[in-house]
Amino acid sequence: MSLQDRLTELRDQGLADIKSADVLKKVNQVKVDLLGKKGPITEVLRGMRDLTPEERPKVGAYANEVRDRLQNAIDQRRAELEQLAVNKQLAAEKLDVTLPGREVAQGQPHVITQIITELEDLFMGMGYQIVDGDEVEEDYYNFERLNLPKDHPARDMQDTFYITKEVLLRTQTSADQPRSLENHDFSKGPLKVLSPGRVYRRDTDDATHSHQFHQIEGLVVDKHITMADLKGTLTLVSKTLFGDQFDVRLRPSYFPFTEPSVEADVTCFNCGGKGCGICKQTGWIEVLGAGMVHPHVLEMSGIDPEVYGGFAFGLGPDRFAMLKYGVDDIRNFYLNDVRFLSQFYKKG
Amino acid sequence: MRISTQWLKDYLKLDIPADELAEKIERTAVEVDGVIRPDEGQKKVVVGHVLTCEPHPDSDHLHVCQVDVGEDEPLQIVCGAPNVAAGEKVVVALPNSWIGNHTKIKKSKMRGVKSAGMLCALDELGFDEKLVPKEVADGIFILPDDAVPGEPVFGYLGMDDEIIDMSVTPNRGDMLSMNGTAHELAAIYDQTPNMPTVDLHEDEQDDATDQLEVRVDADEHDVPMYKMRLIKNVTIKPSPLWLQIRIWNAGMRPINNVVDATNYILMQYGQPLHAFDFDQLKNGHVNVRLAKAGEHMTTLDGEDRELLPTDLVICSEDTPICLAGTMGGLDTEVTDATTSIALEGAVFDAVKIRKTAHNHDLHSEASMRYERGIDHGMTETALNAAAAMIAELSGGTVTNNVVIGRDEDVQPTTVTITLSKINHVLGTTLSVEAVADIFKRLDFETTVAGETYTVTVPSRRWDIHIPADLIEEVARLYGYDNLPSTLPTGQPTIGKLNETQQVIRDSRKLMESAGLTQAISYSLTTEEKAKAFALHPSEVTKLDFPMSSERTTLRLSLVSGLLDDLAYNNARKEHNVALYEEGRVFYSQPEQVRPKEIEHIAGAITGSMTKKSWGVAEQPVDFYQIKGIVEGYLKSLALDDAVSYVATSDHPEMHPGRTANIFVGDQLVGFVGEIHPNTAKAYKVRETYVFELDLTALIALPKERQQYQPISKFPSITRDVAMLIDDTVTNATIVDLINDKGGAHLQSVELFDVYTGSHVPAGKKSLAYTLTYRDQNATLVDDEVTQAFNKVLAALTDELGAEIR
Ligand SMILES: [Zn+2]
Repeated sequence: MSLQDRLTELRDQGLADIKSADVLKKVNQVKVDLLGKKGPITEVLRGMRDLTPEERPKVGAYANEVRDRLQNAIDQRRAELEQLAVNKQLAAEKLDVTLPGREVAQGQPHVITQIITELEDLFMGMGYQIVDGDEVEEDYYNFERLNLPKDHPARDMQDTFYITKEVLLRTQTSADQPRSLENHDFSKGPLKVLSPGRVYRRDTDDATHSHQFHQIEGLVVDKHITMADLKGTLTLVSKTLFGDQFDVRLRPSYFPFTEPSVEADVTCFNCGGKGCGICKQTGWIEVLGAGMVHPHVLEMSGIDPEVYGGFAFGLGPDRFAMLKYGVDDIRNFYLNDVRFLSQFYKKG
Repeated sequence: MRISTQWLKDYLKLDIPADELAEKIERTAVEVDGVIRPDEGQKKVVVGHVLTCEPHPDSDHLHVCQVDVGEDEPLQIVCGAPNVAAGEKVVVALPNSWIGNHTKIKKSKMRGVKSAGMLCALDELGFDEKLVPKEVADGIFILPDDAVPGEPVFGYLGMDDEIIDMSVTPNRGDMLSMNGTAHELAAIYDQTPNMPTVDLHEDEQDDATDQLEVRVDADEHDVPMYKMRLIKNVTIKPSPLWLQIRIWNAGMRPINNVVDATNYILMQYGQPLHAFDFDQLKNGHVNVRLAKAGEHMTTLDGEDRELLPTDLVICSEDTPICLAGTMGGLDTEVTDATTSIALEGAVFDAVKIRKTAHNHDLHSEASMRYERGIDHGMTETALNAAAAMIAELSGGTVTNNVVIGRDEDVQPTTVTITLSKINHVLGTTLSVEAVADIFKRLDFETTVAGETYTVTVPSRRWDIHIPADLIEEVARLYGYDNLPSTLPTGQPTIGKLNETQQVIRDSRKLMESAGLTQAISYSLTTEEKAKAFALHPSEVTKLDFPMSSERTTLRLSLVSGLLDDLAYNNARKEHNVALYEEGRVFYSQPEQVRPKEIEHIAGAITGSMTKKSWGVAEQPVDFYQIKGIVEGYLKSLALDDAVSYVATSDHPEMHPGRTANIFVGDQLVGFVGEIHPNTAKAYKVRETYVFELDLTALIALPKERQQYQPISKFPSITRDVAMLIDDTVTNATIVDLINDKGGAHLQSVELFDVYTGSHVPAGKKSLAYTLTYRDQNATLVDDEVTQAFNKVLAALTDELGAEIR
């Protein structure tokens, strides 16, 4: 048998062995057996010295070819078997991905805070400063400076918790208005403030009354502020909060610290204006009180109402949340039942 | 204020559906609560003529009536009313009719006798019990003789009226009358109202001033006007039906002809009037003054009232007979026996009446109007109109002359305003003529010079004094819908949170990321709870006149309220609760009228922060978990000074062995720990861990200067030390000592094991730390580290008695 034939035989036998090797160990064994230093191919190469110088390169080249062929077959088989092993392991590691993940505790903001934050961000975008007034206020600031002298009938609209004759729990965040007005330096530009916070009324708590609730009061004073600006601002706010299809309408009302005074109705967010139970079939929901700052309020803060004027508006986040989410009992906001709090997902 | 649209049509041409009218009022003047239609939902209720009325064979109070309802055959109806009788015109609810309160009437049998319908009383037609005249309250209603059988009954009872229920704001007292409302609607619809004139006939032979003497002792401020009329030979009886209808549709109960006349004039003019039985006045004498302390009087409702020095009273020979503007006295009440009437038309000070109504809890149609002010220019007219009406209804005569206790010269108000001011405030471009037209519609006499209006405001609009008042009139009559919609122009401003606001917002987010949900609790609580968990001792701030014993005092801590929240949840079987609150606490300041308001942030956790789940056991919160939350939070504040936790047993509400005061530098900023079992019991909560931090203080503390530290290129070397040490030696002491003795290259000390238990001797614990050494500028040599480490070991052994293992 020629060396070439021997090599061919070894090649075919080797390829068959590699193919039939079903574990890595057997592949490795084939490699050692065939290609090792004491293997048959080495043996064949040793027999080359008996060949003629013409034959030698031919056989040498053929031997290398066979060796490469076998080496490739071994590499390929090895890779196949490794992949099979990995696949087997992966199959064994399969999980039920529908099982719940391990919980990481996560809290969330109160729904009232969500509403206040959203409005704060909206108004800061329009250049308003946020002002946090005191919750315990003087009668003088809470009432008198807002054009509500003692014995004014409109004081009946707001039954008050007094601490002393002159000190009270603020009944309205409007109490911040006079302080903002007297502290503002108009040479530095217009006054634009938003005052959110807790307010208190001497009420018995029930589904629609709470002795503690929240208000957001806005105030803008400059040389050229008009009622049209008030209307435009409120319209922009409602469109931003609810969507473009929402509109605002103004109705006459009365607040001692504004004149003209208006209530602002917004298109009912439940029915979109068609009329439903929530809006009492009117298509509108009352959400804001507003008006042009009363000249007496400006005068009492040392501001000339002939030169300056402005608007103010106020809304109640509690009422807002009740309407928006259909909350039927205001006490829910202050009892902090986790089953209630967890219903309002964080919005920012 | 209920406005009858039928009554309004006496004054205005109103061919407008009531709903539309109501909408117009709401959009232009005052809020409307709704339109009341007394006959709404009622059907087949007709006039009946009782032909015969026989006793029921099987009943001692029922009657069997044959009733003509305008059809071929009369209906047989069984009726139990005591006042049913043959010949009467009655209200019949036919078979299958609907009457008040959604009640359907069917044919039936009453004690064996067929009854085809029902004879009705007013309350069965949906009348409020308070509006039904007393004399017809106990029986069926008897209609006038000329009522036509078979016709719907609603027109006969004024039930076909449409009544607009207005909610009048305090500034629009003028709309608490038909007059005022008619003028308002005339302005809205550009009409001239056709107001009635007074047709008064006085008996010139009989001068009231000879018989009635009126003196006003109160000052002109309290009683600017006081006038009386004397009406004689009256017969007291029920009012005619048309008047009763107007009275009950206005929301009042018909009483008798005299009282109803005064109420009718009250509704028409908005002028309260009071009728006295003249013969009960002592010597025809009346005087008006402030009450004296300790005086008593019995009011119409039979109540004996102790008068206050702020009460204005009408007296007769100085004995109080009437609380001015609120309620009359029993002694001078008009009764069936009354023959002469002294009729009062007066103006009283709004504040005085408000106080009297408030102090005696007597809120009446009269007091409500005095409190908002009334038209001083109309007082005498109203007095005359009422006198004429009483005379007409009661067959009496009005004596000559008004008896004047005090008179007032009532002048209209003049207000000047320019067109440019109006347009400037409203953002409009109204013309001179457009604004003049609005004033004309309001019936305000106006002269225009250039663009300046001089407006003479009649006394019926006493709410208008200043230019802003006129701007409002222009705005609402021009229509808010017609205003343009713009945004403020002018110098731009930047809106951003200040540092405190930013930290508060960030703090909320950090707490939420740490697993705590935001609570908003009540600031008012009991005094005991208000004081509990206070970080610093302080007096509390209490309400002067609390509403309930649960809400009397402003809180000094947030934890107390959070525990209430936890208790509320626990009572509802929610045992895993983690809440935080950010809000104010109120420290009393002896030198100041107001307390100091300080922002705090606090948390309370009970049960497990994560739910029990597959593969995860429920992990009840412990001290180190809540401390970890506090540590993480404080770290994020980047405080310049070191934070330390010092064991404390000073908080009586807290567990004495599981509570730490928190210091930044040497400033106390809060505490963290487990609440005392007694506290848990008192608040009805389970094992609970809490923290409270003074956020205002934390915000004020100096912050770390934020600067980049180069990351060392050189490797670090670590050494572990495990030691056995006395139980009483704290981690803080050990870490301090290691840091102190650690040398220049010691970077950090990390505790990695704590063991106490059966494998260490009693009174000892085993602790293990990793010390990390690094040189910023060079590779550390092992020997160097070993040397430094050995120093630490020696110090631990020598100074703390540690046994190095
Ligand atoms: Zn709706």
